[in-house]
Amino acid sequence: MAHRFPALTPEQKKELSDIAQRIVANGKGILAADESVGTMGNRLQRIKVENTEENRRQFREILFTSDNSMSQSIGGVILFHETLYQKDGQGKLFKNILKEKGIVVGIKLDQGAAPLAGTNKESTIQGLDGLSERCAQYKKDGADFGKWRAVLRIADQCPSSLAIQENANALARYASICQQNGLVPIVEPEVIPDGDHDLEHCQYVTEKVLATVYKALNDHHVYLEGTLLKPNMVTAGHACTKKYSPEQVAMATVTALHRTVPAAVPGICFLSGGMSEEDATLNLNAINLCPLPKPWKLSFSYGRALQASALAAWGGKAANKKATQDAFMKRALANCQAAKGQYVHSGSSGSASTQSLFTASYTY
Amino acid sequence: MPHSYSALSAEQKKELSDIALRIVAPGKGILAADESVGSMAKRLSQIGVENTEENRRLYRQVLFSADDRVKKCIGGVIFFHETLYQKDDNGVPFLRTVQDKGIVVGIKVDKGVVPLAGTSGETTTQGLDGLSERCAQYKKDGADFAKWRCVLKISERTPSPLAILENANVLARYASICQQNGIVPIVEPEILPDGDHDLKRCQYVTEKVLAAVYKALSDHHVYLEGTLLKPNMVTPGHACPIKYSPEEIAMATVTALRRTVPPAVPGVTFLSGGQSEEEASLNLNAINRCPLPRPWALTFSYGRALQASALNTWRGQRDNSGAATEEFIKRAEVNGLASQGKYEGSGEDGGAAAQSLYIANHAY
Repeated sequence: MAHRFPALTPEQKKELSDIAQRIVANGKGILAADESVGTMGNRLQRIKVENTEENRRQFREILFTSDNSMSQSIGGVILFHETLYQKDGQGKLFKNILKEKGIVVGIKLDQGAAPLAGTNKESTIQGLDGLSERCAQYKKDGADFGKWRAVLRIADQCPSSLAIQENANALARYASICQQNGLVPIVEPEVIPDGDHDLEHCQYVTEKVLATVYKALNDHHVYLEGTLLKPNMVTAGHACTKKYSPEQVAMATVTALHRTVPAAVPGICFLSGGMSEEDATLNLNAINLCPLPKPWKLSFSYGRALQASALAAWGGKAANKKATQDAFMKRALANCQAAKGQYVHSGSSGSASTQSLFTASYTY
Repeated sequence: MPHSYSALSAEQKKELSDIALRIVAPGKGILAADESVGSMAKRLSQIGVENTEENRRLYRQVLFSADDRVKKCIGGVIFFHETLYQKDDNGVPFLRTVQDKGIVVGIKVDKGVVPLAGTSGETTTQGLDGLSERCAQYKKDGADFAKWRCVLKISERTPSPLAILENANVLARYASICQQNGIVPIVEPEILPDGDHDLKRCQYVTEKVLAAVYKALSDHHVYLEGTLLKPNMVTPGHACPIKYSPEEIAMATVTALRRTVPPAVPGVTFLSGGQSEEEASLNLNAINRCPLPRPWALTFSYGRALQASALNTWRGQRDNSGAATEEFIKRAEVNGLASQGKYEGSGEDGGAAAQSLYIANHAY
């Protein structure tokens, strides 16, 4: 380790850093609209809409052609490959519609899970082959950031050291390659909420995972100021019988982050996982009100938590366009407020929703 | 890694965190008065004083008889074992004098460096054997924090991966053992300034070393909120022909820390290494004026940079004690100001000292 060969020039660093900061400026967050064809199938099936390319195009068109004020809450949109090249009814490319609104365009880069033999059904993520060439092309085609989702689960013997190490390493390789091609890598090491483990256990696992991720990023010479983190919030498993308040989730989450995420990282954009739209907003708000030091922006990169109501309002009918956009804009604005700690829970007395259910004896 | 076994109870964590925060309270830093017998030999020979236990006692008395002015700028004092049990002329233990001023007492616990075979003159640090019992005794005797110094150096082939890994590991073991005994560990991974390398090279190496240190601390389940870091500032090697301003040193130092030191660490207490008293103060001041966001306290843990003038004034003469003590108080107050970015320089060229020579294209 005696010699240093700069991975990036000062100009490259500045470009990456500027992009990252633009995405999370002023409470803005990310719309994760990068559902793969298969995943969109799940979403559309719920509202009884056929999973065709045209239907996928129509739904995304409605979202992206929302009022320009959308860019006050949405700093970036993650697209799936197909969507990057789709156009609206007038033949205008979606990516240009977004860019004209001042929104940064991102692209999902991973290519799904591959099993890790000898583990308890754990996996790593594929997509490194030819990734540099793909990144270069996406950059030419208008993308400025990438996203790669690694998945870890809590169960018997899980996550294993191998799973943590392997996923962290793949994330770091992906991040390094992105930066070489002018794309800001969003690093997503998701610890999924499946299971009956409690909040404490999720916090412990999240800390171990993030420590490994940041060691790997350092080993791979990744420029942290030109990255964003997309982690899970620290929550109890879905099947955990104990219930926790947003303040408890917030304290556990921020504690885990402040023990592992260097201040150089400009922004942390949480995934919503299986959370309801309102819970995702309430938790984000509580996170931004948490009294611990928070040197990074704490924002959102939501898929379902921004689109669930919009999807239901649309139901596959063009006539429902305005209702769909209204539903989406409402969540976008709510989450932008939450990213500044200014969200007031609608329909309830402000004081009740901010009342702390924090249990003093739960040391994080 | 499926289960967590709490290394510390909630009460233990609170005690450690409180101690750490007291040491680095705003405007305060550490007096490193833990020179071993061998190190004191060097200091005393420079002023023509014999290295006897009595002379060492008389010298430390000069420092510890400082009046209440030090209360606002000294948060902790690191003792050598011998000194912890010495008394002043009136039979009052030094430890008690220091404690009575509200200053936290610390103890050097490492037992010096030993070579790493197969490397180019690199070392690790010993002292782990029986460390738990020693810590328990020191805690009973009044110490609340400890210090352990590891040493790395920059050259053609160093620091090697082995040296980085081994020293990080030994620091983490030491830290873990300290915390089990209610003692806040100061983690000191010093990269020596020997050599002709430039500022960038030192920054690169410092980032690699600190990333390894924090990964090791995470692996060893060390409670970061109950630790302090004592790193080198990022500086060029002594023999480097390029000169850098305090602002450049500050920017390189804070950048390196932002990329590696989690915000949970309450304070970073720099070592002064071979810097002069004034240099050490000006650099600390520039660090505290650096425009990058800094989530930890940034203060001093100085040996020579607090004592050089005092030592030189004392020269082994009782009659000089008062004047010598004044010299020490003066440096302590200056560094207290520097730790808040409020030091205006020694007055010779106050304006020039504050003038930024930061070179815009040195991308850190």
